[in-house]
Amino acid sequence: MPCFVIGASCPAVFHFSQRFTTVVPESCMLILLGLVLGGVVLIANKKQLYQLEPSLFFLFLLPTIVGDAGYFMPARLFFDNLGAILTYAVVGTLWNAFCTGFSLYAAKLLGFIDEHVQAEMLDFLLFGALISAVDPVAVLAVFEEVHVNETLFIIVFGESLVNDAVTVVLYKVYISFVEVGAENVQTADYFKGVASFLIVSIGGTMVGLIFAVILGFITRFTKKVRIIEPLLVFLMVYLAYLTAELFSLSAILSMTFCGIGANKYVEANISQKSRTTVKYTMKTLASIAETIIFIFLGISAVDKSKWAWDTGLVSCTLVFILIFRAVGVVGQTWVLNRFRLVPLEKIDQVVMSYGGLRGAVAFALVVLLDGEQVKAKDYFVATTIVVVFFTVMFQGLTIKPLVKWLKVPRATNRKPTINEEIHERAFDHILTAVEDIAGLQGYHHWRDKWEQFDKNYLSKLLLRKSVYRKSELWEAYQKINIRDAISVIDQGGNVLTSARLSLPSMASRASFPEVTNVTNYLRENGSGVCLDLQVIDNIPGAKVEEDMETHHVLAGNLYKPRRRYQSHYSRHFMPLGEQERQDREVFQRNMRSRMETFKSTRYKRHKKERSLKKVRRISHRNNRRDSLSLCSDPVVVPVETEDKAEHSDPEKDEDVGITFIARKAETPKQRPKSGCQIPLLPPPPPAPPSPPPAPSSPTSEDSHLPWKGSLGSPPPCVSLEATKIIPVDLQQAWNQSISSLESISSPPAPAEPIHPRVSALSRLGGPRPASYTPPGSAAGSTFSIGPQVSQGSFLFPDKKKEEEEEEEDVEGEWLRRCSRSCLP
Amino acid sequence: MGSSSSSRNKIPNAQELMRQTGFSSAHLLRLHDRFESLDRDNRGYLSPDDFEALGGLAMNPIGGRIIEAFFSSGQDTVDFSSFVRILAHFRPTDRNRNKEGTQQELPSSRTRKLKFAFQLYDLDRDGKISREELLQVLRAMLGLQVTEEQLQSIAERAIQEADLDKDDAISFDEFKKSLEKMDIDTKMSVSFLK
Repeated sequence: MPCFVIGASCPAVFHFSQRFTTVVPESCMLILLGLVLGGVVLIANKKQLYQLEPSLFFLFLLPTIVGDAGYFMPARLFFDNLGAILTYAVVGTLWNAFCTGFSLYAAKLLGFIDEHVQAEMLDFLLFGALISAVDPVAVLAVFEEVHVNETLFIIVFGESLVNDAVTVVLYKVYISFVEVGAENVQTADYFKGVASFLIVSIGGTMVGLIFAVILGFITRFTKKVRIIEPLLVFLMVYLAYLTAELFSLSAILSMTFCGIGANKYVEANISQKSRTTVKYTMKTLASIAETIIFIFLGISAVDKSKWAWDTGLVSCTLVFILIFRAVGVVGQTWVLNRFRLVPLEKIDQVVMSYGGLRGAVAFALVVLLDGEQVKAKDYFVATTIVVVFFTVMFQGLTIKPLVKWLKVPRATNRKPTINEEIHERAFDHILTAVEDIAGLQGYHHWRDKWEQFDKNYLSKLLLRKSVYRKSELWEAYQKINIRDAISVIDQGGNVLTSARLSLPSMASRASFPEVTNVTNYLRENGSGVCLDLQVIDNIPGAKVEEDMETHHVLAGNLYKPRRRYQSHYSRHFMPLGEQERQDREVFQRNMRSRMETFKSTRYKRHKKERSLKKVRRISHRNNRRDSLSLCSDPVVVPVETEDKAEHSDPEKDEDVGITFIARKAETPKQRPKSGCQIPLLPPPPPAPPSPPPAPSSPTSEDSHLPWKGSLGSPPPCVSLEATKIIPVDLQQAWNQSISSLESISSPPAPAEPIHPRVSALSRLGGPRPASYTPPGSAAGSTFSIGPQVSQGSFLFPDKKKEEEEEEEDVEGEWLRRCSRSCLP
Repeated sequence: MGSSSSSRNKIPNAQELMRQTGFSSAHLLRLHDRFESLDRDNRGYLSPDDFEALGGLAMNPIGGRIIEAFFSSGQDTVDFSSFVRILAHFRPTDRNRNKEGTQQELPSSRTRKLKFAFQLYDLDRDGKISREELLQVLRAMLGLQVTEEQLQSIAERAIQEADLDKDDAISFDEFKKSLEKMDIDTKMSVSFLK
């Protein structure tokens, strides 16, 4: 069809003139073009050949755009503002619909509207319902040019998506009322209407989420058939739409939530190429769809046979929707601001009311009306066309100057720096702690709960095994490195020399196009269906932020670039839940540090000095190594990721135990029978290259290995064996990885027997009480490692000895104190 | 939850506290209730074990530091006014208050929030976050599977980004500057709902 050709070439043509496009939004141009085309066709044929068919629109065009929007929606931002979004979508749309409907009816009664318009109250209410919904297509199209700040954008855009449920329900309800006839409507029907709203919205969301789970689950297994991954994504998302449509639920909601839900898992599971394919295809399709929609809007406008003009109706409608939108926004914002942390300013409200654009959805709905039932259909069609044109063109044209004029804070097109990521995560922890202390069940509490649930169940279910054990902060760091490297290369620099030195500052980074990853949130910029390469490739990395849950430590498979995989356990050998292990690790660390603070300060300072010296020594060595690794890392990553993923895959886990495998082996016992035994392993071959002791003595808190002996008898259920961590059968893999390690020419990396912390993970075996709220018992049990530790031969015998003496006397005291306090 | 005058009398210096921290009297009462429930032995002050008994804090990677933040300058008790003062850092920033220039002094101002966070990192209170201190925080937050090397690179990177005067440490101003684009008001605010 010629429209495809036009659709594809239009954006290219428009962007020829940069100045032009900065002033005139694309959507305006498209509509104008449509008008021209329609005129041409009309003149040529004396009648209209092309129309915006509602079926075409609802089945093909709209899902494309909404699917794209939902899939790339920044989930965290969305949920942060969910309250506002829901309020505006539900309350706002209802308010608009009813007010517009009633006022139009009043206007008719008062005579502003001509007699020809044969519409009753119900008809007007119906019309009010379909004209009052903010349209996602239009919002996207206009806001992408404008770049307001992300909160504002997400609220308006989210509203436009979620109000579909309201619109659908109202529309259907009124249609049925109209068919039945105004006289026959009973009160029960109103209640049914309300009930159906709930069903439609919640049902739609459920359908979407179900499909999201299915999609995530399927992509977990598509390793051997990478080529169909993009297809799967499109299919499932579209299926979500169709299924909801089938059951008369809210299809837009379904698709949106399918996209939001699946995005996280799918992006993690599929290959890099698939990600790129998905991204580009979706954007392309959405762009084409949007173009087609607007052109057809233009064409349809010219077809006089389909509409009838009534000045009164048109003008009244325009006035009313503007007024009621503004009033509604102001009112709701006033209420919302009492609950929001960051209130919505007046400027935001102005943009929000001005940005409530109507678009093609309203048009399609009005065309869908049955002319027999709704006598005034033609008038409504004309009015809708005018309204849509007005909002998209006039408001679209003027919103940019308005924004500039009002000095709305604009979106910053930048990715977070690593400082920001770290600190943001730290702030999250701080806030959670504060909420705990102050006894509040704040938002963070719920988000934590969700994240726990996600890590424990969802991620295990939906994420590929090799994926779900990565540490997200490390990934973020990787991405930043890659960006840097690419930009350095782009600047013609030599990676080796400059990698260590002046990495480009964050500010300039934003302007470099990247070809990297995935998980981008174009929506952050409001740039939705724009095919501009620059725009597409600017990846904010918001996803990484959202996922960083460092107090839910993920075991193992850290994507240490092109070196090896490290995992603690295979799936079979994970007796305790992830969450428990994570909690335990953090908990133990905390206990240890508490103990340290408990010690008299002079010890602490003393030790700190010593360990500081060590750290300096170590960091020296690390620095050298790091400089090389930094160089090789970024360049190599993109290429190797794929392969690495392949061959280390089936988590037959090269359990390169991140451990302190400094122990002499006792007989490798099998996993917990009494639940208290821990398999042992012979210490790794002395292969672990280079500075074995090197980076393993970190700083003060970690430096002191678990407590030694002389404490009271450990609670019975605690293991009395050593603290081996690598299960027996994985040692093979471990050895393999060590040798492969050595074959890699990159600087020798410590084979990671470097985490003393991990040695504290002694308590693998226990079917222990899951919760740690009686810290006392846990604390007591941690100490039990003590006796074992002394058996082994540590890597740092000398260091340990020094600590030992100091700690002995203090520990008993601390134990007592702990148990006292933890008794409740 | 009416604030009768008798219950307000339980709180010493209530007026003073309200003025200094910006909490309303309802907030104060609520916090006082919380204080008393934390203070199991009814001693009138809190000590570290009271905090440590909170299960959630034990799971928090930087829980220990936060607890320490309550105990300023070597003391090991926290009375109610210090408790409230620290928590006041997390009040939402009042953007509109501007009378008599008290805006700056409120604990919930942006600078004070940042200062609080800074002090969580800067354990030795020398006004700078050294590389080791940053490493410690990273290590606490990053979990066990991150190797030493990676940690070092991350810390290295972070310092590089933020350290403007090249002294290999991050001072408070550098800290503030590196976070100037972050919306601290949202990130460091809790709504103390009544």
